[in-house]
Amino acid sequence: MKNCLNRFVPEGFASFNGSNDYKNHISEYKKIPEKKKTSSYKTLGSIGEIFDYFNITNGSTLSFHHHLRNGDAVLNLVCVEIKKRDLKDIHLAASSLFPNNDLALHDLIVNQNITKITTNYLNGKTAELIGKGKLKEMLVMETHGGRARSIETGELKIDLAIIATPCVDKDGNGTGKEGKNACGVLGYAIPDLHYAKNVVLVSDTIKEKIENPELSNEYVDGLLIIDSIGDKNGIVSGTTNITKDPVGLKIARDATKLLKELGVIKNGFTMQTGAGGTSLAVASYIKKEMIENNIIGNFASGGITGYYVDMLRNGLFEKLYDVQCFDLLAVESSLVDKNHIFMDASMYGNPYYNNPIVNGLDLVVLGATEIDLDYNVNVTTDSFGKIIGGSGGHSDTANGAKITMITTQLIKSRIPIIKEKVTTISTPGEDVDILVTERGICINPKRQDLLQKLENSKLNIMKIEDLLKLSYEITTKPANIERSNEVIGVVKYRDGTIIDSIYKLKE
Amino acid sequence: MKIGIAGTMESSDALITVRPSEKINIKVESTVFDYFGEQIKKTILDTLNELNIANIDVLCQDKGALDFTIKARLITAIERMKKSV
Repeated sequence: MKNCLNRFVPEGFASFNGSNDYKNHISEYKKIPEKKKTSSYKTLGSIGEIFDYFNITNGSTLSFHHHLRNGDAVLNLVCVEIKKRDLKDIHLAASSLFPNNDLALHDLIVNQNITKITTNYLNGKTAELIGKGKLKEMLVMETHGGRARSIETGELKIDLAIIATPCVDKDGNGTGKEGKNACGVLGYAIPDLHYAKNVVLVSDTIKEKIENPELSNEYVDGLLIIDSIGDKNGIVSGTTNITKDPVGLKIARDATKLLKELGVIKNGFTMQTGAGGTSLAVASYIKKEMIENNIIGNFASGGITGYYVDMLRNGLFEKLYDVQCFDLLAVESSLVDKNHIFMDASMYGNPYYNNPIVNGLDLVVLGATEIDLDYNVNVTTDSFGKIIGGSGGHSDTANGAKITMITTQLIKSRIPIIKEKVTTISTPGEDVDILVTERGICINPKRQDLLQKLENSKLNIMKIEDLLKLSYEITTKPANIERSNEVIGVVKYRDGTIIDSIYKLKE
Repeated sequence: MKIGIAGTMESSDALITVRPSEKINIKVESTVFDYFGEQIKKTILDTLNELNIANIDVLCQDKGALDFTIKARLITAIERMKKSV
């Protein structure tokens, strides 16, 4: 079956039918009952005891969050136990997977201990292994908001949520903001906490009493204290600094000029950017603009970096909505600043949440590995079909925000970023409004309102077809490459429908 | 043995190694081979023709260089080969 974007949808999955189709199904949206706990939590002595107490067997679904990012040790410890018991057909439902999980997951996937993975983002060797077709069942890739929806509706049924928790108290409450491995807010763990059949907190710090815990003990069935849940320094992975690359800076400058011409940067405006170097450079030019014109924004949201904490402290934004902290300055701020506000995954981007934060965004600035003539964006695979990430909050924010802007270099290592058709659709073109590259800016023709405002602009605004032609003049036209027809995974849009499939890599 | 090397293995560059040979042998290893492998071979061959060279081994280890980079690296490698002892 093909969906409305002419992409293949494997049997057993619903077909993507437009980014706002969810609005036709709001009355059908039903949550499963939140979990109810009958007694106080059980103190457990080891990962093995967790498996025994909660009866983890072949075919169980185990869930994890990724707030410790590349510093997480808990998922890896659980993998050791799965291997030791040689459990089969485990379904791993982790909100994201990082390279530090690669070693632990390799054998479990190859030996079919883990046969199914549901996640929002993955890269590294695990992604490569799955790309080669080594995962027995389908890889299901969700968005951040979509995963919350999946869990709330029971589409993703979790037998046991194993929640790495930087600090717990004696009543069984938990928080991410304190403890020796404090990693900040735990927004992505909340759906798991509320809707998993069972919940266990795994921590390395216990205190008498936590004030206002994000993880309430009314959902907690078990508690395990271990020596270390990982390394909090691992949360700072990838680029979380402003780019120094002159091309990136030029893109960011032009992007900001454009936003100024569109009148986006004004009192009370709201924004989100990614944590990548170019996105942060855009934020830095917007900041300058705000200071020069005494503009105070309403809120910034997302994964939060120290850069936004700084803007909050300097009064440039009234508040921050934070689903996960990208550095230790953000962690500290989440604990002490009352305007640094916690949001869970559902409040952030679940389409069926009553007015999620993404719907309040005036602007989101995002990246792309590919964008095509229909403005569809790929952040899931590279141009060879190799899995390199995933939507995360890309399609959630793109759908919610009034203006979705993609900033990217026109060409990366000879690969033109603009395609006739993207390799994999992560975010549909109907939700993408502006593309800013170093050699030209494109406006989605469906945004005639923006084009009208820019009629007298001196910026280099051109048709995306012409910018593609310009890319080919530089790189020459890439040859057509043959890809395998074997589907190894699906890209699930935030409403649960399939927007595209992921194919096995050629040997 | 005569040899000429130019370029780097940095992203968007190419490392080109040339040696004298009986005829033209071109070997291309590239991170973008599927998309541009044939084009890279063509660029190398065209450049050799322009220089009237018909007896050379060319190894191009490419990290996504544009054609003009490949051409410049190739010419430099050939000049270095000529000067080597």
